[in-house]
Amino acid sequence: ASTLLFVEHNGEGKVAPATLAAASAASQFLPGPLEALVCGFGEALASTAASVAAVPGVTKVWLASDPSLERPVAEPLSKLLSRIAAKHQPSHLLAASTAQGRNLLPRTAALLGTQPVTDVVKILDENTFVRPIYAGNAFATVQFSTPPPAVRVVSVRPTAFAAGAAAAASSPPAGASPAPVEPVAPELLHELGDVVSARWEGQDVRSSGRPELGSAKVVVCGGRALKSAENFAMLEELADQLGGAVGASRAAVDAGFVPNDLQVGQTGKVVAPDLYIGVGISGAIQHLAGMKDSRTIVAINNDPEAPILSVADYGLVQDLFTAVPQLIKEVREIKEQAGSA
Amino acid sequence: MKVLVAIKRVIDYAVPVRVKPDKSGVEALIPKMSMNPFCEIALEEAVRLKEKGVAGEVVAVSLGPQHFQETLRTALAMGADRAVHVSSEACGLSAQGGEQPQPLGVARVLAALAKRENAGLVLLGKQAIDDDCNQTGQMVAGLLGWPQATFASKLEAAKGDPRVRVTREVDGGLEVLSLPLPAVVSADLRLNTPRFVTLPAMMRAKKRPIESATLEQLGLSAADVAPQLRTVVVEEPPRRKAGSRVADVGELVRRLREEARVL
Repeated sequence: ASTLLFVEHNGEGKVAPATLAAASAASQFLPGPLEALVCGFGEALASTAASVAAVPGVTKVWLASDPSLERPVAEPLSKLLSRIAAKHQPSHLLAASTAQGRNLLPRTAALLGTQPVTDVVKILDENTFVRPIYAGNAFATVQFSTPPPAVRVVSVRPTAFAAGAAAAASSPPAGASPAPVEPVAPELLHELGDVVSARWEGQDVRSSGRPELGSAKVVVCGGRALKSAENFAMLEELADQLGGAVGASRAAVDAGFVPNDLQVGQTGKVVAPDLYIGVGISGAIQHLAGMKDSRTIVAINNDPEAPILSVADYGLVQDLFTAVPQLIKEVREIKEQAGSA
Repeated sequence: MKVLVAIKRVIDYAVPVRVKPDKSGVEALIPKMSMNPFCEIALEEAVRLKEKGVAGEVVAVSLGPQHFQETLRTALAMGADRAVHVSSEACGLSAQGGEQPQPLGVARVLAALAKRENAGLVLLGKQAIDDDCNQTGQMVAGLLGWPQATFASKLEAAKGDPRVRVTREVDGGLEVLSLPLPAVVSADLRLNTPRFVTLPAMMRAKKRPIESATLEQLGLSAADVAPQLRTVVVEEPPRRKAGSRVADVGELVRRLREEARVL
């Protein structure tokens, strides 16, 4: 048995935190060596491979460099992944269930003729996985009924395995040397650029300078009750005081207060920070699906009947425009005291 | 250009569900079934393409038990020209046993239908809100060897243009892809707002035929749609212990520091 892990990176040498969580899931719960596949093109690829080689648990890094892989487009990537799976015959093909993983993995599985298991939150054994269904209102344990050697194509929810990744990163085993890096066999890249494929035309990806929503330790989420995009600045200030990320409910995104990528919920991002603060969010099940695994949940809402208060560890029934400025002030005072002490 | 739209029938999004006592699956607290919201968005987009003269015909297709035909009728009422139903019972999936076709099986049926219909575009929802799999569109594209654009929030197409331009929702923002046709596009929430189905449209749809297709006609066998995964058990999510109310921001901050130790 062995696992082939698809590595997500930004093309500039930085490996996605979600991939570290997936590596942690594999090294803890799947048998055999853990081989990582880094795909891309350009100067930064070697440094990406080097940082993957240092990830705890990774035993080997395969490097696939080809012009068709410069952008993470599903058609050439899935072709490559299916070729590697056919040649190397890993028992598991793994990726993080991010936008990229969700886009790529099922297509690869179809090319391999195998049914994938996506968004796994628990690995019970090499054939048995737990995944949320119905917006997290139930958890299904599913098991492959097909006999090996069919490759198990699995994507894992990063927040479910993030703690292991963080622990491994903070205390790497003493004397560990990086895994070897080796290019994939040239025939695997043969005519990859000729695959009928979408053409990448551009992106609008803003960097807020805040931690990434999916892996932030603190997440401050706002709902429609914020009333405007301008009022979200208040939440940004609170998030910055706490070193956290800003998220939003679907209602706030649909109202145009914040961009789509900040949406937390069943169809948006799933977050599980140490501290979640929901401001003016009523708590539709679709939103709760995206945050109820947070360690500590705070809800600020002027409606005592808001459903979010039933999952909150600390519920404050108060007008947000009164509560949030005061909370910012108190958090700032704490930080100043800590700074001067 | 012909547009194929995949339709799934699910427990209505607003109906609460609970795990069945025998832990074999979930059940709805109120028996209300609807078209999967993302399928509705995909269908709306197809109908708009037809209204703009880009699409010639919109065909709604579904693999499922007999009662899925009701949802296909809603699709006709929303503006689909034709509806094709592939019976899952006839595929050897028993309705009583609760055996659902899995995404790979569904994708094989959809890919075969897309070929048979000579579709130029396959539109699907990005995920169904029951199993939350988010797989079928990607698998249809892979099986057909067609380009894909998942999680679409904008679709730009012109009559006779051999390409479509799709804006997709990705982590961190948006991405724009240009796809040569034929292609597969999966719809995200913000692609459009589906129209309401009017009663007269529903009445007219009741009189229209729903076509049937069998696996044999599609060149598939029961093995192609047989589930590869077995559901061992379905369980309730772990409950959070009841939290408490705080009187003011001062108490909140104090308890976050002293009890929760997160400040």
